[in-house]
Amino acid sequence: MENNTGLNKVDLIFEKIDPKEVLTKAFEMTNEQIIQEVLESGLKGRGGAGFPTGLKWKYTASEKDPDKYIVCNADEGEPGTFKDREILDRVSYKVYGGMAIASKAIGAKNGIVYLRGEYRFLLPQLMRELELFHKMIDEIGYDFRIRYCMGSGAYICGEESALFESIQGDRGEPRNKPPYPTTSGVFYKPTSINNVETLVTVMEIIKHGAKTYNQLGTKDSRGSKVFSVSGDTPTPGIFELELGMTVQQFVNEFGDGDTKAVQVGGASGFCVPRKKFNETIIGFEGVPTGGSMKLFNSSRSMYNVLHNYLDFFAEESCGQCTPCRVGCQQLLKGVQNVKKGDVKSTYLNELVKLADTMKVASKCGLGQSVGNAFRTIVENFREEIIY
Amino acid sequence: MINLTINDQKISVPAGSTVLDAAKKLNINIPTLCNHPDLCIAGNCRVCLVEQKGARTLIAACAMPVAEGMDIHTNTLKVRNARKHVVELLLSEHRSDCTKCYKNQKCELQSLANEFAFGDTIFLDLVEDHPYEIDRSSPSFIKDDSKCIRCQRCVRTCSELQYISAIAVANKGAHQKISSFHDRPMSHVVCTNCGQCVNRCPTGALVEKTYIDQVWDAIYDPDKHVVVQTAPAVRVALGEDLGYDPGERVTGKMVTALRQLGFDSVLDTDFSADLTIMEEGTELLTRLKKALVDGDKKISFPMFTSCSPGWIKFIEHKYPEFLPNLSTCKSPQQMFGALAKTYFAQKRKIDPSKIVSVSVMPCTAKKYEADRPEMRDSGYKDIDYVLTTRELAVMIKQAGINFKNLEPSHYDSIMGDSTGAAVIFGATGGVMEAALRTAYEIVTGREVPFNNLNITPVRGMEGVKEATIKIEGCTDDWKFLEGAELKTAIAHGLTNANKIMRLVRQGKSPYHFVEIMACPGGCIGGGGQPIPTSMEIRKNRMKAIYSEDEHMILRKSHENPDVIAIYSDFLGKPNSHKAHELLHTHYVEREQY
Repeated sequence: MENNTGLNKVDLIFEKIDPKEVLTKAFEMTNEQIIQEVLESGLKGRGGAGFPTGLKWKYTASEKDPDKYIVCNADEGEPGTFKDREILDRVSYKVYGGMAIASKAIGAKNGIVYLRGEYRFLLPQLMRELELFHKMIDEIGYDFRIRYCMGSGAYICGEESALFESIQGDRGEPRNKPPYPTTSGVFYKPTSINNVETLVTVMEIIKHGAKTYNQLGTKDSRGSKVFSVSGDTPTPGIFELELGMTVQQFVNEFGDGDTKAVQVGGASGFCVPRKKFNETIIGFEGVPTGGSMKLFNSSRSMYNVLHNYLDFFAEESCGQCTPCRVGCQQLLKGVQNVKKGDVKSTYLNELVKLADTMKVASKCGLGQSVGNAFRTIVENFREEIIY
Repeated sequence: MINLTINDQKISVPAGSTVLDAAKKLNINIPTLCNHPDLCIAGNCRVCLVEQKGARTLIAACAMPVAEGMDIHTNTLKVRNARKHVVELLLSEHRSDCTKCYKNQKCELQSLANEFAFGDTIFLDLVEDHPYEIDRSSPSFIKDDSKCIRCQRCVRTCSELQYISAIAVANKGAHQKISSFHDRPMSHVVCTNCGQCVNRCPTGALVEKTYIDQVWDAIYDPDKHVVVQTAPAVRVALGEDLGYDPGERVTGKMVTALRQLGFDSVLDTDFSADLTIMEEGTELLTRLKKALVDGDKKISFPMFTSCSPGWIKFIEHKYPEFLPNLSTCKSPQQMFGALAKTYFAQKRKIDPSKIVSVSVMPCTAKKYEADRPEMRDSGYKDIDYVLTTRELAVMIKQAGINFKNLEPSHYDSIMGDSTGAAVIFGATGGVMEAALRTAYEIVTGREVPFNNLNITPVRGMEGVKEATIKIEGCTDDWKFLEGAELKTAIAHGLTNANKIMRLVRQGKSPYHFVEIMACPGGCIGGGGQPIPTSMEIRKNRMKAIYSEDEHMILRKSHENPDVIAIYSDFLGKPNSHKAHELLHTHYVEREQY
């Protein structure tokens, strides 16, 4: 349905479906057919990084070790993202279903859901629903089991290899890559790790077929996506939208008339200022997002926004690699000192260079993405940082 | 083989090699910091970043496996800028009081700074933002977090090589630090004081506690007679800190240097190592006799050696139920200490209260051992100060001695004579070999049946070694051992020790006698030895030890004339009452965490 803002609301993720029907259909396919279908759908990971899901499964499937895992990343920690919580709350059976389909595709017998520590309150309900799910696949005659593993509140444990370390009971620190999870994941076994929403989307792709699904969205960003809308908006909440809209179209729908910037993709994402709303597409051809969309109006100090993000990163870096551990502290202390006038405003240029180094020198995605918000906020709101 | 190019030079290396390995083969230098040849790959300091054509980010050469067709560049502008940033970042969290630092000019961060970060400092000082406290609680080493750059070499050393994990990573982000259990002082956690972390710390965050000033004070005190003893492993490593390559024997020059430093008596721990063999060998044979002839059920095997104070603390913490299996012999250092203020004092007619007993050890745990309350059997503190090999090198430099030009000289007599059996104490398997050379001869009246007394099965760098010696042709006193097979095992590094201890706990140990040294390679790889250390360096030191043995005229402990003299003049016979009083000790069970 086309509306006048040029922004399409979609209802796939929360659509009520008969999981047994979808799974029966999936289990009648060969694992190659499932992978092919997902590849054709153009689905990219919905956690934010956007790795093609079909390719991830293909790599995992090609591993010889018969002991493989499908892990659902439910450690939704990106500031401003709360869509996985909603998905788990409302349609957990579709998450489990997606894991079962993935397990068939890659040849895994075991699934693990790594649930964000702060979502523990959902666990009793999720376990009840899991029990029903296990009963259902037993009826279908499919051999697969899922278990839960709780996070403890560290942002870094959303990084896939840190998440594996955490599941294994070790300190949640990212590993060196390669080897990638498809070769050596949890318990050093071939693992496909997918976001909650990705797995639900797979259910929809199997139900509707890749051809139907990939009519939604653009060449680089197929399908629809659930957005977590927050900040200065009259309508905060969860919205499933077709991919490919511009920030302007998004702001037309969700802004309060005074939007000066949108932070797309949370603390690790990009700040899009008003002057770039029109030219910026939300998706892999423009600014990708795991779902977090935060709107700021003119009452907001972008210094405070940046300070908040840097404070967050200085706290949530695992601390193992130098660029991230020390770099985050330097960026934070640097902008503080610029604000106080303890260093010259041109020091911001040094800090931007540092942020660029962090992007190429850090060990994992956390350190590599700190520079996104830093650069885009400092470049577009330099005067707010200095004065 | 995998083909790749580095700086446009072609190279083929085996699959599984890293980019760093490949670069080394091409003699291309890539700086590293967290990387250490003894430890697993960390890839966390990011100093070794290089550019891979087509890759989104720079890659850490130490952690990146080679792949076919890789096109690597190690010296692009992008690489240089990133490395400079990384080094500057490390400096910003490191308290750079270099001129006053014990590691000045021996600090790996300082070398990198020299290369990448001279000139104006880019970043803000972060040290002041952290409430650092220096932990001086251990008698062996000092932990100064304000100099820590979180490379985690120490953490990996403690868990991988030593199976202790006394130190581990705590907290995250800006608060991340290398901490102990519940952040307790190092003196109050399960730490063996082995100093392997000190050996591998690239900065001054972990250094031995020095007693150099105290020793100088004693030397210059006209009222004191300062006795120094040097451990076997010191003589094959000291040279490394004084301009020699690893593996150079500098025994004679070291003795001369010690005299020039002003020590009043320059004696040898090798003497008490020989004495240890007499006591420990006799103890083993007595235990065998009690068990086999007298049927004493309280005697259990294996018997463990007790020379290594790091190992002693390990078993006291982790396997206290096997403390009765430990030989009751003190370590050679402590036997020496107990005798210096008794036998030596009597012989030389010196008031023992005027004797200051100093030992030079390859070891930091010896500093702890000397402080143990059990080690006061002479009526005084048996050993007053323990210096590491490194500290001795510092003193030699402080005194302005031109070490390379020194004429070699010999140790003083009375507790200065030694044999080749004592020298090899410094290498893993050495105590076992020395004990077998003597015990076999006591039992059979013949030399051990190995070519030139070299018991090769107990030598080498294998983590756990086993050897079985068949005892044949026993003299009348030892007929009960005729045809018996003495099963022995040797482990070095506490991770290897733990493998044996696990067997023992499971009741699956077939051994009668087990030698354990806390440090990799034995004392030659001790925590007080010159830095750096690696398998190659330790092998060179080991080679020097065995060559020292081969060059000795006397190579069996029971032939040491000073040892023969002390038994006839003072101790009576091995394991005599007096020997027990002075040369033997007991152990205590310690908490597990």
